[in-house]
Amino acid sequence: MALKDSEKREVIVRRAAQELRDGFYVNLGIGMPTLIANYVPAGMEVILQSENGMLGVGPFPPAGAEDADLINAGKETVSELPGTSYFSSADSFAMIRGGHIDLSILGAMEVDEEGNVANWLIPGKVVKGMGGAMDLVASARRVIVTMEHTTKAGEPKLLKQCTLPLTGLKVVDTVITELGLIRVTKEGLVLEELAPGVTVEQVQHATGATLKVREGIKTWGTSVDGDLR
Amino acid sequence: MNKVVGNTAEAVADIADGSTIMIGGFGLCGIPENLIAALVKRGVKDLHTIANNMGVDGFGMGLMLEAGMISSHIGSYVGENKRLEQMALAGKLRVALIPQGTLAERIRAGGAGIPAFYTPAGVGTMVAQGKEVREFHGKDYVMERWLKADFALVKAWRGDRHGNLVYRKTARNFNPMMATAARITIAEVEELVEPGELAPDAIMTPGIYVKRIVKGEKYERPIEKRTVRSV
Repeated sequence: MALKDSEKREVIVRRAAQELRDGFYVNLGIGMPTLIANYVPAGMEVILQSENGMLGVGPFPPAGAEDADLINAGKETVSELPGTSYFSSADSFAMIRGGHIDLSILGAMEVDEEGNVANWLIPGKVVKGMGGAMDLVASARRVIVTMEHTTKAGEPKLLKQCTLPLTGLKVVDTVITELGLIRVTKEGLVLEELAPGVTVEQVQHATGATLKVREGIKTWGTSVDGDLR
Repeated sequence: MNKVVGNTAEAVADIADGSTIMIGGFGLCGIPENLIAALVKRGVKDLHTIANNMGVDGFGMGLMLEAGMISSHIGSYVGENKRLEQMALAGKLRVALIPQGTLAERIRAGGAGIPAFYTPAGVGTMVAQGKEVREFHGKDYVMERWLKADFALVKAWRGDRHGNLVYRKTARNFNPMMATAARITIAEVEELVEPGELAPDAIMTPGIYVKRIVKGEKYERPIEKRTVRSV
């Protein structure tokens, strides 16, 4: 199964959207997690938080309605919704550290079987910074990592132990990749669901830690019209 | 009570070499672009900056970096600035990257007279190295200290001569805390209004925190990532 990057991303994002629940306050990380907003299940109300100081993040504005004063944490222009509120960065992280965010979904370079995550620094190579990721993973009620299962070079990103500087210690609950859904448990990584067309052996082969496999493991399904299950 | 200064050059005239300066904004949103331009024109050196980002190559704080005015920086994300990455990797600039919420709270604490606090962000990472880690209710927290500055340059949408400020949408970001945490806070505004024109209930930064207020000469307000939907 050789999916293009954009196809992998769509598989991951669609499955991740199924973890949303009505009434949730959710922070979506920069990049792939942001796309999850496009797949909120019908009839569900989810309030998106952006750590630069906004609750109720709306979609990209129509052309001509962009506002330099209205951006998300990825610095992309967004729009207001009825019920949107704005606040300072201090208030924003008070709500994050205070445990008021139900779900934080973010990308990662590495995750390991203890739930440690690395996503901010490659020593000697990349100097960008952690932004709000350390605050988010330390405090959100549930942390989901969405990422491609391996690096561009085919190396596993899901490991026995992270090799890069950590963003958070024992913080990840679930990892969703184009191959499957993996939960971090006290007994290690448990493969809970398979992506369509993927076998347990394929996932294990692409993983740098030993996976336990959930009894009676199933494939998550996508129907023709794109709705899940 | 009149804190109005005639122009941004006058507003930054006493910022000396070696000063510690907080600069508001998130990316290019809500940055004091006129005060930054005035500071670049003035050409001070060896500044220690505290700001979430470092502008971009060619705008905002990127201009200060290119002019060689900055010797150290504390921020949370500098990924939009390639020059900074090169300088940091080459050891030409001391950069301390810290969690964004920790940055916001350290500044808030500085303005609120709280010398230190404990946060869960960064426990078990490089960020916590050399710092006190303490357990509260079964969870580890790292001690972080307040941040203060000689000057804070902030940007608001509207303000009056008392220094009362109102920010607009997500351009608020780091500006309100920075306004409280410096010895001298200089606010630039898009609209300078008469006292009483800002609804007292809507004032976000009370004037007590602001030493000088100046109307920005012109606003480019660039958009970093223009994203639109097809309608």
